[in-house]
Amino acid sequence: MSKFKKKKSGGTPGISTASLPDIVFMLLFFFMTATTMKDSDLMIENRLPKADQTAKLHKKNYIMYIYVGKPKANYANKLGGSDRIQLNDKISSVSDIRSFVITERAERNSEDEKYLTASLKIDKEVRMGLIQDIKTELRKVEQLKVNYTTNKGNPLD
Amino acid sequence: MAKREAPEVNAGSMADIAFLLLIFFLVTTTIGVDQGINRLLPRYEENPPVPPINERNIMRVLVNRDNQLLVNERPMDIRELRQAAIDFLDNNGAQQCSYCQGKKDPNSSDGPDDAVISLMNDGQTTYETYIAVQNELVAAYYFLRDRESMRRYNRKYTEIEYIANDPASKAVDGLIDDLQPKVKLIQDLYPMRLSEAEPKKN
Repeated sequence: MSKFKKKKSGGTPGISTASLPDIVFMLLFFFMTATTMKDSDLMIENRLPKADQTAKLHKKNYIMYIYVGKPKANYANKLGGSDRIQLNDKISSVSDIRSFVITERAERNSEDEKYLTASLKIDKEVRMGLIQDIKTELRKVEQLKVNYTTNKGNPLD
Repeated sequence: MAKREAPEVNAGSMADIAFLLLIFFLVTTTIGVDQGINRLLPRYEENPPVPPINERNIMRVLVNRDNQLLVNERPMDIRELRQAAIDFLDNNGAQQCSYCQGKKDPNSSDGPDDAVISLMNDGQTTYETYIAVQNELVAAYYFLRDRESMRRYNRKYTEIEYIANDPASKAVDGLIDDLQPKVKLIQDLYPMRLSEAEPKKN
């Protein structure tokens, strides 16, 4: 009679999954830090043009977004086929920009106001007539800092 | 009496919970595009005053509805625009500018202080072309400013400008106070006088 039992032979040992939560948490934290929250669902097409003389935008809370483009295919029935402006969640007209800028300003404290930048996310097929109207409107409310948001790349090819 | 052992918490479902969170964040977030061309719009005036500018100090860039370029009444390929703008801004026709390296052509601009680039689009020009033209013109200014900044401070202008305007720089004592005058000086040496006329409506 032996005191020590012989180890059972045969049968593969199971793989330990104890570190799985750690791995997943690592991924989770990566995505939490590297990405930003989607704040509005775009109803318009938004393929940005390319440019290489770009500067990085500062922190997100100093930015307001103005989207311009043709309505997406599934909204085309309701919104038509011409270029439209989207502010936050709703399709707007040029005259709404004034109140939009004032609301955005009111949400920040006065010290941050001078850093506030309007990021213009405009589809590359949009015609300049509409963009000029938007710029005139921004100038009228004294929102003079703008950023033509683009993708990185050479615009010439 | 035997001590009762504390029962262990089963951590087997921890992975599931973490996966759930991970998938939630994957779906609700985007990797943002947060870069672009920064420009400062001019203040709105009902009837903007027309300053007297000598004709040779203006470089007129016209973009028509078919996205073609006309620079000083001559058609130009967009690939040549950057060098043309640099030559124009850096020309130093009046020979007053000590840091310029231009050709001193008497028929081109007097100096970077006087040189104005006037950009006019048609209402039907596409935004893509507009950005390409903006990009080339801004590149010309940044090229000259970077060159001057490298000569004086051995740092790129674009770099010190970004730091000086970053709200996060307020945390470092004296950083903004140090960089702001440098940025201002370079801006004064090559002022960005890029005016945009209202496009023709048709």
